[in-house]
Formats: sequence, structure tokens, C-alpha cells
Amino acid sequence: MVKVEFLGPIQKEPLELNITNLNELATILQDDNDMKEWLENSAVAVNDTLVSSREHELKDGDKIVLLPPVCGG
Amino acid sequence: MLELYDGSLDVPAILKKWYKEEEQSNYGAYIPFIGTIRDEDGIEGLSFDVYEPILESWYKAWQEKAKEKGAIIKMAHSRGDVMLHESSYIAAIFSPKRRVALEFIDEFVEDFKASAPIWKYDLRDGKRIYAKNRSTAIKGSGILS
Repeated sequence: MVKVEFLGPIQKEPLELNITNLNELATILQDDNDMKEWLENSAVAVNDTLVSSREHELKDGDKIVLLPPVCGG
Repeated sequence: MLELYDGSLDVPAILKKWYKEEEQSNYGAYIPFIGTIRDEDGIEGLSFDVYEPILESWYKAWQEKAKEKGAIIKMAHSRGDVMLHESSYIAAIFSPKRRVALEFIDEFVEDFKASAPIWKYDLRDGKRIYAKNRSTAIKGSGILS
């Protein structure tokens, strides 16, 4: 089981999913209407490290966060 | 040192504190950047969400870069609401010579804007409205689309 959290302005409750890689997460979120406007502009971190590939393997207990476009300052 | 505060920053107090912390450290230059909330487009203020774990690792990487040049960085940012003419962001570089600090503050603040996991909202009629048009997708975004 992995936990998925949505940061900043993405108004979505965290998910707990039985998935083993980010490809599976992509498939689930692509079918989610709430996520349509966010997938193409959000970065992904696994256990608080940004990842650059969907092939990233996931293990039980991993925490995934989606980071939409930022604007500090 | 990364400092997060609820609400606006006390600019004179923070600048003085940092100055005092380093006044005996033999740095020749102390260059702060202070961001304040401008009165524009009818906003009442801005509001911020901060994701600390990734902000900390981003900041740590910049501290290492600064160290290689004999410099240090200090940064303060607000969480929550900050009203017009108040400050939400201060960054400062201390370095032995001015040129390093002048160049570093530019690079650091630009990367901060593009990469730091902080989300900005306009405050209008007491509501928080995500500043989507002024936001930047973090490098590497879109892998799930």
C-alpha cells in the first residue's frame, strides 16, 4: 500500500493504493476528472525526492506527493 | 538556516538578527533581497502554502553550493496570509567578497521562484484564489500525464 498526497491548490483528499509503480498511478489519475488540469503540470516526488521517470518502482509504505506549479516569494 | 513564520515577516528584526549572527564572521558582503506584497489588481494580500520536506532538501542543496564559494545563505518565508505592503520573503547571502554575493542572490532567488515548493494565492473578498498564471511548473513536471 502506498499513500498519495496532493499539495497546494489541488483540492483532493489523499489516496491509499495498492500499486507497484508510477505507471499504475498515472493510469488511475488519468481516469480521474478532478486531476485533468493537474497531471501535465505537476511534479512527482516519492518519499520527498523528486522523480523524473514513470518507471519508478514503488514499495509498501512509500509516500507519493504531487506538486502543482509553484510561486514562492 | 531556513526560517518559516506564520503570517508576515518582521523585516527589521530578521535583518538585524542575521547581521548580528554574522558580524564577527569576516564576511565582506551581506546582500539581502526583501520581497513585499504590492497593491495591484485589487488584491487584499497574498497567502502561501509551504511543503517543508522538499523545501528543506532544496535549500540544503543551495547551502552546499554556497559553501563551495565560501558563502552562506539565509532565508525566511511566510506561511498563511500576508497583507499589502508587508513582507513574505527574505533571502540573504553573506560572502567574503561582494561579486560572489551579488551573483549568488540572483541565481538563488530565480531558482527559488522556479523550484521551491510554495504555492501562492491572491486574497480577494476574504477568499484564497490560486495564482495559477504566475506559477511555474517544477522541472520534470508532467510524467503522469
